[in-house]
Parts: sequence; C-alpha cells; structure tokens
Amino acid sequence: MSGKISRRKLVFAGLAGASGLAAAAKLAEQYGLVPPDHGGLYGAGETLTYAAQRLLTSHHSLAREFDRSQISKVIPVNGQPPGTEPYRRLLADGFRKWRLMVEGLVARPTAFSLEDLRQLPFRTQITQQACEEGWSVIVEYTGVPLSSVLNLVGIQAQAKFVVFFPFDEVWDSLDMADAWHPQTLLAYRMNGQELPAPHGAPLRLRVPRQLGYKSVKYLSRILVTDTVKNVGSGLGSISPELGYSWYAGI
Amino acid sequence: MAEPAYIPALAIPALARPLLPRHSAVVRITHWVHTLSFVGLLVSGIAILLAHPRLYWGETGAVGMPSLLDLPLPFVLTGQSGWGRSLHFLSAWLAVLNGAVYILSGLATRHFRNDLLRQRSYNALQRATYLAVVFLLFPLVVATGLAMSPAITSVLPALVNVFGGTQSARTLHFFAASSLVLFLAGHIAMVCWNGFTGLMRSMTIGIKEPS
Repeated sequence: MSGKISRRKLVFAGLAGASGLAAAAKLAEQYGLVPPDHGGLYGAGETLTYAAQRLLTSHHSLAREFDRSQISKVIPVNGQPPGTEPYRRLLADGFRKWRLMVEGLVARPTAFSLEDLRQLPFRTQITQQACEEGWSVIVEYTGVPLSSVLNLVGIQAQAKFVVFFPFDEVWDSLDMADAWHPQTLLAYRMNGQELPAPHGAPLRLRVPRQLGYKSVKYLSRILVTDTVKNVGSGLGSISPELGYSWYAGI
Repeated sequence: MAEPAYIPALAIPALARPLLPRHSAVVRITHWVHTLSFVGLLVSGIAILLAHPRLYWGETGAVGMPSLLDLPLPFVLTGQSGWGRSLHFLSAWLAVLNGAVYILSGLATRHFRNDLLRQRSYNALQRATYLAVVFLLFPLVVATGLAMSPAITSVLPALVNVFGGTQSARTLHFFAASSLVLFLAGHIAMVCWNGFTGLMRSMTIGIKEPS
C-alpha cells in the first residue's frame, strides 16, 4: 500500500517539477537570463551560472579596483597580433586610417577614428585581469566607457547584445548589462602607454567582471543587435565553438 | 514510511559482522548524487589545473612571477580547460544543490545531532572527521571557488579579500580539494576494511527487516 502512495506522490512531484521548470525557463528567457550557448548538458550549468550571477549583479556592481602600486610588472600575452595585410598596414601607419564602425540597431551609425575616441570623456581604471587558464595580473587601462559610445550612436530599445568584431576571428558579444556597465571600456592606453600591439592595438574591450578572454582585442567593428542567432554559429561568440563559455563571470 | 530498525537480538547469527541498518532515503540518495558530482568536480578540476599547474599567493600570479608551488605536472594548453570549466560548474551546481538538501534534511531530522554529534556506531575520530568535512572543508572549497569569480566578487569583495586575493583563494581551493580527495581515499579504505558488502548495502538497498 505505502509503495503505491509514494509512487503516486512521485508522479505528481515529477509533473509539478517539470511544469515548474518549464515556467522557470519561460520567465528566465523573458528576463534575459538564458545565455546564447544554453544548449546541451553543459548548457544547463551555463544557464544556472549566468542567471544566478545576472540576478546577483543586477545593480551594476563594480569589479574591485586596485592601487597603482599593485600593478603587475609582468603582463603575459596570449596569442599574437593578426598577421593579415589590412591590420599590418594600419599598424605600420600608426592606425591613422583605422576606423571603428558602430552599426546595427542604432540611430546614427558612426565610424570613429582613434582621435575621435581620444576626444571623448575617458576613464582610467586599475583592475584585475584573470585568465581562464588560472593566472591573473593587475593592469591599468584608459579608454572610453562603451556606454558613452552607445549613447552617441543612439541605441534602439530592442537591442539585446553588442557584438565585437576584431581583425582576427576571435569575435565575442556582451549582453546589455555588461555593455552599459561603467567599467566596460574601449581601451586605447595600458599602464600609461599607448596600447601595445600584442595587447590589442589600436583598441580593445575591457570587461573586468568577466574572464580575460571576453576583453576582445584589435577591434574593428561593433554591431548592436537584438539576436546573435545569425552571427557566426549563433552561440554569441567564437568561444563556445572552441569549447569555452559565452558568459565568463564564472 | 517506517524506518527499518536494527535489533541486535534478531541479527542473523551466521554472519561474522552484525548487519547494519539501512541509512535514510535522503542520506542514501544524496550520498550517490554527491559521489557523481565529486567525480565530475575532480576530473574537471584536474583539467582546469593542468592549464596552469602553478600556485601563487596574493592577488596576482603568472609565468614570470614568483610562485608558491610549482606542481610537478605539465602545462596542458590544448583547450582542455574549456570542457573542464563547463563540467566543473555543472558538477558544482549539482554538489551545492544536493549538499543543501543533505544539510537541511540532516538538521530537520536531527541526523547530525543524533548520529554524528553523539552516537554509538561511529568512534570519535570518525565523527569529528565527518563533521569537519561537511561543515568546514566543503564550505571552504565552495567559498574559495566563488572567490575566484570576478562577477561574484564585484558584489561581495570581502569574499576574496578575506583569503588575501584571487591567487590565494585559488591556492586554498587546491588544498581544500586535495584534502577532500584524501578524505575520500580514507573513506573508501575504511569501507573496504569494515566490510565492503555490508556497508554498501547500508548505503544502497539495505537489508530486509528481520521479521
């Protein structure tokens, strides 16, 4: 007898659990708590982490900032500057002809020169740069808050992602929470000097609330969009194609 | 559902060791879910560690900077930490949610008080070790893990500052995890030593109630 009752209870609990999960998934989708790479078994973990951290960091919490004396003497470099002809020519010319194209769901698509960006109000911040591999360093960056550029071009209400295309193939995207975050910079100076080529010249993204690989180097184009489904493999970044998470707040 | 009781007078005399009572359903289920998540965390933790098998103290640490300990392991930079991290976080969610069920039910049913704080079937060393693992080592491994998250420390900077920095948290995470692996080795050795079959039964299907 007791076995039957517990079996019936189990079925009801299972049904309730399943419909609860479905409702939760719908709500999460509506509030932007589902990452583009939510598929598969690992996608469940990615979604839980992303949703939990988005709820936790919803008030633009600031990544820790450090004292100038704490800046690391050694700053390792992963990868090399793009070897492509267009990039080499721009580098040789001191990026005078380089332009950052900002387009998509914006009122005024704009091509910014390095000089245009340097004229904008800047922010200098000393934050930690933690690599996915496990090492971490403290670096000072100066640049334009991405939010200033987004305000200049005028973002449309349906925008959900900002996609960053570099001169190499390592493209990525941010959700609007990180795009509007005050510490998200388009950085052109590092430790008081022009951004060196191996660190992403002429302009790199800095996203201190995520692992280092989200800070796209060698920027060329920014696209504001309501979906990343038709960019690359539709997973929000090249990282998931290489086995890494789109969201790297860990 | 009635809990099976162990009545010594009714134990089957042919067996050299007394039959052990079956653990409660919650203890048995959470034990094996935890086993699964622990294996996931261990395997993926090694995959992540191998991307940079070097430990540091303080906020920063990288190749070319003074290290605390260079583990005698190779640097594996072939992208193994990608699936490593995905499996690590999936297993960590499983471990934390399962652990919450275990601890809440352990408090509600007074399992900790009756069976681990004052009890007859485990000795003092066993009880102290189990309590330390559940209430010290596991919270430490979770806290040091979260302390490495740049998103979480933006909300709770104290979580990483209390450990002395990101790299200190990473080092402590390694030692806490290593201690858990040592505990696991001891745990398995003790299970073998004290009658593998009987103990496995008490953690799985149990024995038929003496009638």
